[in-house]
Amino acid sequence: MTIQQAFFSYFAGAIVALSLLVVTRKNPVHSVLWMLLLFVHIASLYLFLNAEFLAAIQIIIYAGAILVLFLFVIMLLNLRKEETEKRFQGQWPFGLAIGVVLAVFVVLIVGKIGVLPELGQYSVEAVKSEGHIMTVGKVLYTEFLLPFEIASVILLVAIVGAVVLAKRSLE
Amino acid sequence: METTDLVGLSGLRLIIPELTVICIALILLLLELIVKKKEVMAAVGIAGTLVALYGTFKLFGINGPGQAFANMFVLDGYANFFKLIFYVNVILTMCISLKYMAVEKASYGEYYALLLFSTSGMMIMASAADLIVLYLGLELMALSTYILAGLMRKQLRSNEAALKYFFLGAFSSAFLLYGISLTYGLTGTTNLKEIAASLQALNIADSPIVFLGLIFLIVSFGFKIALVPFHMWAPDVYEGAPTSITAFMSVGPKAAGFAVLGRVLFEAFGSMHVQWNAVLIPLAVITMAAGSVIALAQSNIKRMLAYSSIAHAGYMLLGIIAGTPGGLTSTVNYLMIYTFMNIGAFAVIIMLRREGFQGESIDDYMGLAKGHPLAAALMLIFMFSLTGIPPTAGFIGKFYVFMEAINSGHTNLAIIAVIFSVISAFFYLRIVMYMYMKDPKEDVVLTTSYSMNFALAITAVMVLVIGVFPSLLLDLVRVSIPG
Repeated sequence: MTIQQAFFSYFAGAIVALSLLVVTRKNPVHSVLWMLLLFVHIASLYLFLNAEFLAAIQIIIYAGAILVLFLFVIMLLNLRKEETEKRFQGQWPFGLAIGVVLAVFVVLIVGKIGVLPELGQYSVEAVKSEGHIMTVGKVLYTEFLLPFEIASVILLVAIVGAVVLAKRSLE
Repeated sequence: METTDLVGLSGLRLIIPELTVICIALILLLLELIVKKKEVMAAVGIAGTLVALYGTFKLFGINGPGQAFANMFVLDGYANFFKLIFYVNVILTMCISLKYMAVEKASYGEYYALLLFSTSGMMIMASAADLIVLYLGLELMALSTYILAGLMRKQLRSNEAALKYFFLGAFSSAFLLYGISLTYGLTGTTNLKEIAASLQALNIADSPIVFLGLIFLIVSFGFKIALVPFHMWAPDVYEGAPTSITAFMSVGPKAAGFAVLGRVLFEAFGSMHVQWNAVLIPLAVITMAAGSVIALAQSNIKRMLAYSSIAHAGYMLLGIIAGTPGGLTSTVNYLMIYTFMNIGAFAVIIMLRREGFQGESIDDYMGLAKGHPLAAALMLIFMFSLTGIPPTAGFIGKFYVFMEAINSGHTNLAIIAVIFSVISAFFYLRIVMYMYMKDPKEDVVLTTSYSMNFALAITAVMVLVIGVFPSLLLDLVRVSIPG
């Protein structure tokens, strides 16, 4: 095993273990904190793929902004009752069975990938020569302009929805 | 590189209908500050939709001029016809919701804006030529619909509906993203046409992992069109949501789901017809079976129509399974007919709702024909059409779908569909029997309005006209989807 494989195995294994911790903890605050660690590990995987910019974004946005919001919300709600109740409903073995079958299925066929598609125009070297942020910015505002604008409408709808559903009194 | 085409601003012309709908939605959000009458807001919304409709058909003609935005957006007859379904859906929904939302004390201006946002999401889905755009359109549609489902904030079941819809919708989005990422990893592209080319060039169409990606995509679309076993959300959400929204989302998201299912399967995975049929045929059979059989046991009419809409999704799937342009035509034809008959049926249900009276139990329809013969006659038409009894449009829809299934060699499937169609007659005609052959328990007072009468008239006339002159609609569909 090369040192790269060793590092990758650690991060991949840790991501699986941390995900399990996130869904099994009784205390929601603990879940969120495990999730923070999970996001840091995912960011390291991006580093393996030569995507430094994505790794930084992952930390800043997910670990920095979104998780802090999660924590705020959880601390605002009174979750004392939640902690005393069972973590899963009765049908969890069924869900676990489906998950295991799917995982085995995926592992069995992943080895069968024969041919891989040709590399596109954004190879590691091409991105390096131009810089990550510039490449992402260029693609985002040219080729992916339409999806980018649709995403802005989605965010607007989310804001409207939050106001409509959560405002204390309407009319 | 020239700056003009780099950004693709020339493509703006092609998204004029979408832009119109989104702009009107934004205007409605602001308009609520100064206009207190919801009738005005609905009128502005309907007028905006009509402008978009005009844009779609007058600007581009029925077959549309092609692609834009780095081939991410496509405007063809297929997309245009689905947009027609979405326009009809949103206009009829606005007509039937005016009085109703006031009765439910949830008459917010955002309601109309969100309807339009949701419609714009569906339009983007229908025009998506790229999996990224498809995903974003789907989220835009879904997010607006989750909010609409929970709009009756003081009612627990509306909250439950919104929450269930949201969680299961998020779950299905995860499936969609898995499917997209697998497909992207194997073919190196998210563009539908290029996926097809790449599958052929790399000769991986029979690779099991491509198939797994395809299954994930079908599962996520199956959630949106409520195929069994991905239908769990439908009955609860349909029952808990405001009835006008139930009408809206039993048609819109379902049609949008079929739009992307058809486009992804035919354009990107056309070479894998045998594989996707291996998934779709069992799904179609259990969908028709579960939808028709479980509907028999329902006593709430909204729940009953939820299961009925599940069964109808199974019938519509037959056209996709046929895998021919003719099959696709029959499915699209069915969807348009389904729009009219289903919204019509929900409109009658909404009429029964008034202050202090739910009107959702099947028993409430007892003896309706004695007090309100016209309303009962309309319900009779819609129930006959949903069953598929000539001379209503529902018969035409089912007839062409079954015919295409037989033409493509799926005779057994067509026979199964006919059997479940007959079973479903039991619960549709039970409503008719209650209305005409039982004595009324109590006096039912109908809540009517001009807009409601208009919607009922349009739906009933269309159901009958298409039933008698099916070629009117079918010719339009055939022009849109050249075979």
